[in-house]
Amino acid sequence: MSHDQAHATAGAPQGDDGHEHVGHVVNPKILFATAFALLALTGATLFFHSIDAEDLNIWIALGIAFVKASLVGAFFMHLVWDRPFNLLVFVGCTLLVALMMAFCLMDAAQYRPTQFLGNPPAAQAVLDKDAPGAPIAAQKQITGE
Amino acid sequence: MGTTAASHDPSQGHQHGGGHERAHHRFQAHHFETMSQQFDSAKLGMWLFLATEVLFFGGLFVVYAVLRARFPEVFKYASLYLDTQMGGINTCVLILSSLTMAMAVYFAQTNKKGPMLACLWLTLAGAFGFMIIKYFEYTHKIHEHLVWGPGFYVPSHDRAGEALSADLALHPDAEHQPADVVAAAVGEPTQVPVKAIQLAVAGPATEASAIAPAATGPRNLSFAVTEPSAAAEGDVIPAEDPTAHLADAQMPPNTHLFFAIYYAMTGLHGVHVVVGIFVISWLIWRGMKGHFNASYYTPVDLVGLYWHIVDLVWIFLFPLFYLID
Amino acid sequence: MSTISKAAPATAPHGGHVADENYLNCSRGFLSWILTLDHKRIGVMYTVSVMVSFLVGGIFALLVRTELLTPGPTITESAETYNHWFTLHGAIMVFLVIIPSIPAALGNFVLPIMLGAKDVAFPRLNLFSYYLWIAGAVLAVTSLLMGGFDTGWTFYTPYSTTTTAGGVIPVVVGVFILGFSSIFTGMNFLVTIHKLRPPGMTWFRMPLFLWALYATALMQVLATPVLAITLALLVVERTLNIGIFNPDMGGDPVLFQHFFWFYSHPAVYIMIVPAMGIISELIAVHSHRHIFGYKFIAFSSIAIAIFSFVVWGHHMFLSGQSGLMNVMFSFISFSVGIPSAVKIFNWLSTLYKGTISLNTPMLYALSFLFLFTIGGLTGMHLATLSTDVHLHDTYFVVAHFHYVMMGSALIAMIGGLHHWWPKITGRMYEEKLGMIACVLVFIGFNVTFFTQFMLGSQGMPRRYYDYAPEFQTYHIVSTIGSYIMAVGFFMTAGYLLHSLFHGRKAPANPWGGRSLEWQCASPPPIFNFDTTPAVGDCYDFSIVKWDPKEQGYYIDRSADPEIAKAEAERGHTHL
Repeated sequence: MSHDQAHATAGAPQGDDGHEHVGHVVNPKILFATAFALLALTGATLFFHSIDAEDLNIWIALGIAFVKASLVGAFFMHLVWDRPFNLLVFVGCTLLVALMMAFCLMDAAQYRPTQFLGNPPAAQAVLDKDAPGAPIAAQKQITGE
Repeated sequence: MGTTAASHDPSQGHQHGGGHERAHHRFQAHHFETMSQQFDSAKLGMWLFLATEVLFFGGLFVVYAVLRARFPEVFKYASLYLDTQMGGINTCVLILSSLTMAMAVYFAQTNKKGPMLACLWLTLAGAFGFMIIKYFEYTHKIHEHLVWGPGFYVPSHDRAGEALSADLALHPDAEHQPADVVAAAVGEPTQVPVKAIQLAVAGPATEASAIAPAATGPRNLSFAVTEPSAAAEGDVIPAEDPTAHLADAQMPPNTHLFFAIYYAMTGLHGVHVVVGIFVISWLIWRGMKGHFNASYYTPVDLVGLYWHIVDLVWIFLFPLFYLID
Repeated sequence: MSTISKAAPATAPHGGHVADENYLNCSRGFLSWILTLDHKRIGVMYTVSVMVSFLVGGIFALLVRTELLTPGPTITESAETYNHWFTLHGAIMVFLVIIPSIPAALGNFVLPIMLGAKDVAFPRLNLFSYYLWIAGAVLAVTSLLMGGFDTGWTFYTPYSTTTTAGGVIPVVVGVFILGFSSIFTGMNFLVTIHKLRPPGMTWFRMPLFLWALYATALMQVLATPVLAITLALLVVERTLNIGIFNPDMGGDPVLFQHFFWFYSHPAVYIMIVPAMGIISELIAVHSHRHIFGYKFIAFSSIAIAIFSFVVWGHHMFLSGQSGLMNVMFSFISFSVGIPSAVKIFNWLSTLYKGTISLNTPMLYALSFLFLFTIGGLTGMHLATLSTDVHLHDTYFVVAHFHYVMMGSALIAMIGGLHHWWPKITGRMYEEKLGMIACVLVFIGFNVTFFTQFMLGSQGMPRRYYDYAPEFQTYHIVSTIGSYIMAVGFFMTAGYLLHSLFHGRKAPANPWGGRSLEWQCASPPPIFNFDTTPAVGDCYDFSIVKWDPKEQGYYIDRSADPEIAKAEAERGHTHL
């Protein structure tokens, strides 16, 4: 694949110095249209912000941001015309962030106030007798858990 | 040693160019067979770098998500302190500068040096514009003590508070002191001009928090304001009183965390914009020397990708901070 | 092809021709080294730097072991000093030695040559990442002068944000910078493997070391940025007190551990996966037998890279992490055993009925098999939730990760260094001394760390300065083992350095390897190959023949119809 240059050079004009042309030239009309869509979506997100949709608001805002990000990636960053592997790199790292976020959120949602529920009564009795001053002796059994 | 010597190595370009001899481009490195191979390699390298950038910011997004999940009321409440108008303008500035950057790449590809330079100048102007607006936002907030950590609770114009603030900075443990000590250092609650402010916090803001809603700020540091009903119209925070945010009885605990993550994320983004200013300037300098044309515009393309990712991060930051209902 | 007339064709059929100009003598002077863009010289500079760090980290290890000879004070009165020692040992060994040892040091030298490329894709970035490494090392030294750090190599909050040790910030910034060094190396390797493969070098023609480096680079690029942001937040937390990891301010210390291990578990595989790649090479070449299950070994490297991102929570079973997460991470951690075992079985099958040359690299490879199996299987104990409650933070964990990180990763690195030593330096080391040193290291290692499994299972916690008297026998045995190991390593350093000046000149192919690096002169010419040799099956040793005159092997190219055909075509185009 590394020497498959057909993709990069197909139909591209020669450079002014006689060298081959590299990369894909994007029609400026597409770029302007993308910018316009981005501005319009910014307006849309402001509009949806002004109506109160309770918990839906963040998902609407994130959905619009996702569409905007895709537009930037696809057209400004040439991903539509680029090698698929570059797209894979980009999507892959985004998925990795999503994975990390999912695990961390899942964990944070289940935090308990304390993991250490105190010394069991037998141990506490020993501590009170032999090491009354030790910090661990102060951790009385938490009742009700 | 060798790139200069190496770049004259004539053994390139024989095997895969369909057999015809090609002149060696001035910016072609010795270990690449063709300009195309060099361009593709550079581009893949840049995409991998962008992946690291996404993960770098991604870490902060994860912090954001965890904090917001734990303290939804803080985010709803504190977001109101941010200026949506300025944030919105900045979004547009970045989108337009992204457009000019993409156009710069287009003009480089089509050998149009003048328009390319004009687009790069415009992009640079956008970057500066963004930073200037950000500067006003930051200074305004810092003036109002809408900052991270203990500074959020300490009025620095108060002499006692200054001492305490310095003390807190040196010994983070100091804020473990009993609240009454801190309160004493800050001043009597009655000395603070009570000017309760209207904050459109819809509903009981603290219902989802694991921590019980408090009438006072975190750690009882704020000043028990008894008359939220005496709300005044107008500016959210009166200019003459930078500590007024503490006077709001509805402020949920741990509001400072919103500003911690706000400054962390927008600060890191700002650093990237500043880096962008330097690399775009470098492009302009090289562009003026006529280095770029249809067969060699790799730096323009790569800086373009970088600039778009900066834009892309902001696209998410804007709704996540400014537009919370 | 003007260069051909200048240097002898490195692909000469008998391969033993030593070109008069090579990468070592093509230019002279200090500047020609420190400003070099040649991947081979950068690799050599990395090797030297890593080995110096290894010496420093090793000295701290010996200090720690000596201190533990007796309960209470032995050579230092201060438990705090002890804390500094083990922290330095850990941080130096992890960030300055093991992580860069195989990819940045050996990989830099070998990867482009094995691939048949002239250099890595971004030579300047390569040099830059070396200087980032130097900057990180300098900052680590600075932190020593500023009062050291006693946080352990994991920098857990809130201890790391509150400790009074003055060197925390410089070392954290240092590790941040080392992270970027690692990222840039990884990026360079990924692009090189993707874009600089010469014609004929398809993905499944690549030697397995390259697959391993590819998997490693993937992890370096994707995991290290998270470490960077974690450390950045740690510095901000310590200096500006932002409270994100501080429970007193509503922050979340467990989140720090999530962040840290999201990087650091892949980092463990950044250490071990390239080591596995080296072992694939050593075992195939020194048993002169086609590697068994090529695709399985290749894909298991990628599988390990993917698994590495979903097991980090097994470091946090007792951190307050939720029960659901514990179960998930425990389950996924077990499944890492699958690709690891796939590799072990394939290596064993390769050895079976092979013509084994029992020389130093092979001895190291066999040590690896033994030690990695122990290290891997004890990992199963630790991935089991219930046993981990007992074994967590004991010497059992210390022994387990030393078996993997040192007994496997470093042993493979030393084995690889011996394997490519003739190629790097152009000299042969003394084989007998090499074997004796390897046996010493192997015995010393097991005496040191197997004892620690017993210590740990009996409840001796890690990182303690003092201990109960009944543990003393084990500690003495363990310390003696570490001295034996030290003798082995000093011996290795001695005969390797000696060989630089007095060693026999190395033939191009001393071991009978088939991959491309054995088809250029020893040491290689500046641009590796004047013409890239045609690529065949790099594990087909049937056409590798012994040349008594050169005291080395050569590849009988005419015996491989595929190569003969490719060369005939090439000759038609070129000459």
